[in-house]
Amino acid sequence: MSNSNGFMKALKCRECGHEYPLAATHVCEFDFGPLEVAYDYERIRKTLTREAICSRPQTMWRYRELLPIAGEPTVGRQVGYTPLVRADRLARRLGIRELWIKNDAVNYPTLSFKDRVVSVALSRSVELGFTTVACASTGNLANSVAANAAAAGLNCFVFIPHDLEQGKVVNSLVYGASVIGIRGHYDEVNRLCAEIAGKYPWAFVNVNMRPYYAEGSKSMGFEIQEQMGWRIPEHTVVCMASGSLLTKIHKSYQEFSKLGLVPESKWKIHGAQATGCNPITQAQKAGLDFFKPQKPNTIAKSLAIGTPADGFYALRVMKETGGASDDVTDDEIRDGIRLLAECEGIFSETAGGVTVGVAKKLIAAGKIASDSSAVLCITGNGLKTLDAVVGHVGQPHDIKPSLREFESLLARENPELVTA
Amino acid sequence: MVRILIPPTLRKLCGGDDTLHLRARTVGEMIGQMHHRYNGVRDRLCDEQGRIRGSVLVYVNDEDIRFLQSQGTPLKPGDEVSIIPAFAGG
Repeated sequence: MSNSNGFMKALKCRECGHEYPLAATHVCEFDFGPLEVAYDYERIRKTLTREAICSRPQTMWRYRELLPIAGEPTVGRQVGYTPLVRADRLARRLGIRELWIKNDAVNYPTLSFKDRVVSVALSRSVELGFTTVACASTGNLANSVAANAAAAGLNCFVFIPHDLEQGKVVNSLVYGASVIGIRGHYDEVNRLCAEIAGKYPWAFVNVNMRPYYAEGSKSMGFEIQEQMGWRIPEHTVVCMASGSLLTKIHKSYQEFSKLGLVPESKWKIHGAQATGCNPITQAQKAGLDFFKPQKPNTIAKSLAIGTPADGFYALRVMKETGGASDDVTDDEIRDGIRLLAECEGIFSETAGGVTVGVAKKLIAAGKIASDSSAVLCITGNGLKTLDAVVGHVGQPHDIKPSLREFESLLARENPELVTA
Repeated sequence: MVRILIPPTLRKLCGGDDTLHLRARTVGEMIGQMHHRYNGVRDRLCDEQGRIRGSVLVYVNDEDIRFLQSQGTPLKPGDEVSIIPAFAGG
């Protein structure tokens, strides 16, 4: 690579445009605006062609030029390229012509989309010389940082709300990370991490490393476009915690358009939240461009951010693309999980239940037209949030190892299947 | 005196300090005092109308002031005020 910064040019404030060196820093000194990575798109255009992408291994790193590290990835080289599943049975249930599931519930290695952002953040952290990494997390991020840090031999601290699902907690502990449970909401965890990041020289993936970290989410959108046959879907439904993923999927569509990798087209990005933590959808539905912070109370703990960092930008993307949003109750979230599982054989965590539930509402309301095509972004695996569905998905039928008992059960439960 | 935790973003302007002690009766007054001591602080934290920017979060004793009385949130001796960038986490 001729440039020691790879394809990156600088960090740039989204608000005032002030530029900064490509260091571990995330906000502008002048207005506290978020810093974003600026790329050399002219250089990228020369090497990032469809042919080049197709010749590379099926991981998120096949779009390497648009991901913000200087050299080759050193952490999470196998992440990404998850299945895009044609979901005809679910489409019929939701009343839409064509539906696709982007299934990051099976992302490698920790079964959520967070492996994308973490592989970028930790590869960049290694480049910048950090040996200790950390994060503020609602669970999935902690799992991914813990696992990827273990594989990379980095010291790791993860900070989580103390009352997370057991699956999420165990999935961080097992990798040997220091897991710190904070007695408070995620927003309080986040505040503490900002304070710690101001004192300790660590790479907090979603604090001082956030400009690099957030860009990793674009890979989900790059893959969607490639897997759709090099086109942008008409509708994309994305769950929102901080709102970052939604904005980065939009950015991925903009970048592929700009680079000529997909034809010019119009797209709509729709946002999904839980009713028990809906600062962004509440603002969107009221036509506001700012949100009111909330104290979350929802089973969708991975989305329980009452002060979403990218809420303002997520609102802007929905407005610019003509997208809509909605939110769903805890019962609707469980219904969404079951619907996806029963129709498509995909077991999503609560956030996926939110996405499916909101898609159902938006289709029913005509905000996603029934004769159109939509992609639902499923971001995490149901095995991590069993607590949310236990007792709501029925019970196994326990019987003796006896044919007579089985047939008696069948006669009660499925009489149409009984043979004489 | 209240104790203020200065974020790295502001430290250069505040002489490199990571904490600051001063007397103030409200958050708004505290920002005014900080500006008096380190010229420019108000412009970094507040917009043209003098409201705290959406990109800045202020906590008094661990509570977000937007759940209290925003810039009118009262301060008393011994309180701890934390100023952090909003663009973090998620």
